[in-house]
Amino acid sequence: MTIVQMMEAKVTDRQAQSSRAGSSDEGPAIDKGVKRTPALPASGQFVETGMTVGDVRCQDPYVIAENVDVFYGANHAIKNVTLEISKQEVIALIGPSGCGKSTFLRCLNRMNDSIESARVSGSITLGGQDIYGKDLDPVALRARVGMVFQKPNPFPKSIYDNVAYGPRIHGLAADRAELDDIVHSSLERAGLLNEVKDRLDEPGTGLSGGQQQRLCIARTIAVNPEVILMDEPCSALDPIATARIEDLMDELSQDYAIVIVTHSMQQAARVSKRVAYFHLGLLIEVDETDRIFTNPQHKLTEDYITGRIG
Amino acid sequence: MQGTTLILILAAMSFAAFFFGRGRSVALVGGPRHSTALHSLPGYYGYFTAIWCLLPALAVLLLWVLLEPRIIVALIVKGLPEAQRSLSVGELDLLLNNIQNLAAGDAISGDLDAALSEAATRFQDYTTVSRRILAASTLAVAGLGGAIAWRRIRPDLRARNRVEGIVLLALIAASSIAILTTVGIVLSVLFEALRFFQKVPISEFLFGLNWSPQTAIRADQVGSSGSFGAVPLFTGTMLITGIAMFVAVPVGLMTAIYLAEYSSSRVRNIAKPLLEVLAGIPTVVYGFFAALTVAPWVRRTGESLGLEVASESALAAGLVMGIMIIPLVSSLADDAINAVPSAMRDGALGLGSTRAETMTRVILPAALPGIIGGVLLAVSRAIGETMIVVMAAGLAANLTVNPFEAVTTVTVQIVTLLVGDQEFDSAKTLAAFALGLMLFVVTLILNVIGLVVVRKYREQYD
Repeated sequence: MTIVQMMEAKVTDRQAQSSRAGSSDEGPAIDKGVKRTPALPASGQFVETGMTVGDVRCQDPYVIAENVDVFYGANHAIKNVTLEISKQEVIALIGPSGCGKSTFLRCLNRMNDSIESARVSGSITLGGQDIYGKDLDPVALRARVGMVFQKPNPFPKSIYDNVAYGPRIHGLAADRAELDDIVHSSLERAGLLNEVKDRLDEPGTGLSGGQQQRLCIARTIAVNPEVILMDEPCSALDPIATARIEDLMDELSQDYAIVIVTHSMQQAARVSKRVAYFHLGLLIEVDETDRIFTNPQHKLTEDYITGRIG
Repeated sequence: MQGTTLILILAAMSFAAFFFGRGRSVALVGGPRHSTALHSLPGYYGYFTAIWCLLPALAVLLLWVLLEPRIIVALIVKGLPEAQRSLSVGELDLLLNNIQNLAAGDAISGDLDAALSEAATRFQDYTTVSRRILAASTLAVAGLGGAIAWRRIRPDLRARNRVEGIVLLALIAASSIAILTTVGIVLSVLFEALRFFQKVPISEFLFGLNWSPQTAIRADQVGSSGSFGAVPLFTGTMLITGIAMFVAVPVGLMTAIYLAEYSSSRVRNIAKPLLEVLAGIPTVVYGFFAALTVAPWVRRTGESLGLEVASESALAAGLVMGIMIIPLVSSLADDAINAVPSAMRDGALGLGSTRAETMTRVILPAALPGIIGGVLLAVSRAIGETMIVVMAAGLAANLTVNPFEAVTTVTVQIVTLLVGDQEFDSAKTLAAFALGLMLFVVTLILNVIGLVVVRKYREQYD
């Protein structure tokens, strides 16, 4: 507890230093202090105050989101969310449709930049570096924070070119042999090499759905990211392909921080170490996976995981 | 009875038939509350009755209109004096024309004699009788058809299926109109072209290097022997089309890329309608723009650079045609780029691509089939374009690939061959049809190539 409190103090300090110009008048008129409450509040009213139950902090945080607000035009999609994510953990974001979990995920690699009306305030740091800072290139950021999408989206190129795409645009390989190495090792780590090694020049779109999704994961890890974001990576897959991806996540979590958005409570329970429950743009509860599913502290969380919402 | 009145009565009858049919279907099952006992909704029984009332009557009407003139003419001819019946076909036609004009009260050629005015009176009588029979039989058929359909209504009659069958036939008929018209145009061009090839050997037309379509009208005329080598025309067409595509493809494609991927929505909302305005300018306006503004400018610029430029250069026509085609290329390329799923865009951006890398490495390859299709459509448009080249490219059939010289195109020659008074059996006039046929074949081949290319790439990129 004391460690956490110390970190809180540090974080508040850092936030004061790094608060960007304009964010205060753009942001909503709500309290931006670190919010934690030990008490179990009654539901309903709690949503209004926007407090998060459980522990938003973690040991050795790598990604730190502080008081993040996201607006799509006038629509307030994320409300004052604070969350820490450490390396070598899988954190699952759950919640009903439209609760903002995908929006939050897309803030972490600035994919929201391509939406004209989207506006982000608050601070998100990656390894201590403000990812919304002026001197940060979103293109370089996205090489460090890889993303796997809901629907497998291999490029209309060969399997080889799909995996080699990232290393090529970032100039990671000095020559063809090195590129071959990266492609092979990425496919191997994505558990796809044995199935495709004889047909690397065939189009990636010709693979099955599960294979395509593993190809997308191989493509992502080929650029050697630090964090991998997964936006419902298994929702278009059958149970067998899902099981393979989940095994893969388990292995990958040794090397990468993985943030996964999922609609499947079972999947969250199987793959994640911590779970964050979002509701209407608010981060309601964050805790160890076991505790969330066995003993949720908040009424909304309990309603959701027992199937009364969503 | 007047034709319009008859049609109106028919419409009213089928309208009434609708209500009778619907009413009977409802009555048969004992009121609107039990209409679920019917196979179809009551309205379908109404349509069923109305169709049976209207369609057979319309068929009778159509048949009568087609046959009536022949029957009346045959009757008139039979009643003419022996001397006139044995006239030649042309003279008989003239006589019949006179009779009809007389009956209608118009001026006639030649003298008015007793036989003629008697025939005219008979013509009027026949027409009146024919109209009466037509009205009576049409209305009878309409009533009969409606009544039979009305009698056939049973709760288990599949009225919906019948009506939908008729609708299907109507849809097929509508879609075959376009196809049949195309076939008709192709055939008529083909037959005229064949007549041309009887006068001029096809090898001379296809491979001849000299185009000078002036044939001698009188046997003793000097010069003007006529030569019909189409190669200079097609070279000219290809030259101008090539220049046009050289302008339109890069500019149109880059416009599309900017509008689809880079511009803010505000810029796009202004720029796209403006481009569409460019597409809406009549080609004749482009034509005088080319002839009066661009061609002199090209000439002056060329001369200041020490180049010999004709005042009607291929370059001027090609440049303006290219500008005309820009909106076509850009809007088709824009569609193709927008059709690439945004998942591709996200995937590339998510791997840390810049927008330019996303565009060149992922989106353009995926959009390529659509872009190629659009470019080929633009080529077809450029080949068939007439007005700009008529005004700006000139008539001199030079066999050259020098864009500074005057050339002529296939379409220009078709226009000049057919404008003004022409005799329709000379090689000169028929050459227009041969050129039209060639143009059609070339465009068709281009479209086929385009389809094959698109399909080949699509296998790879979907």
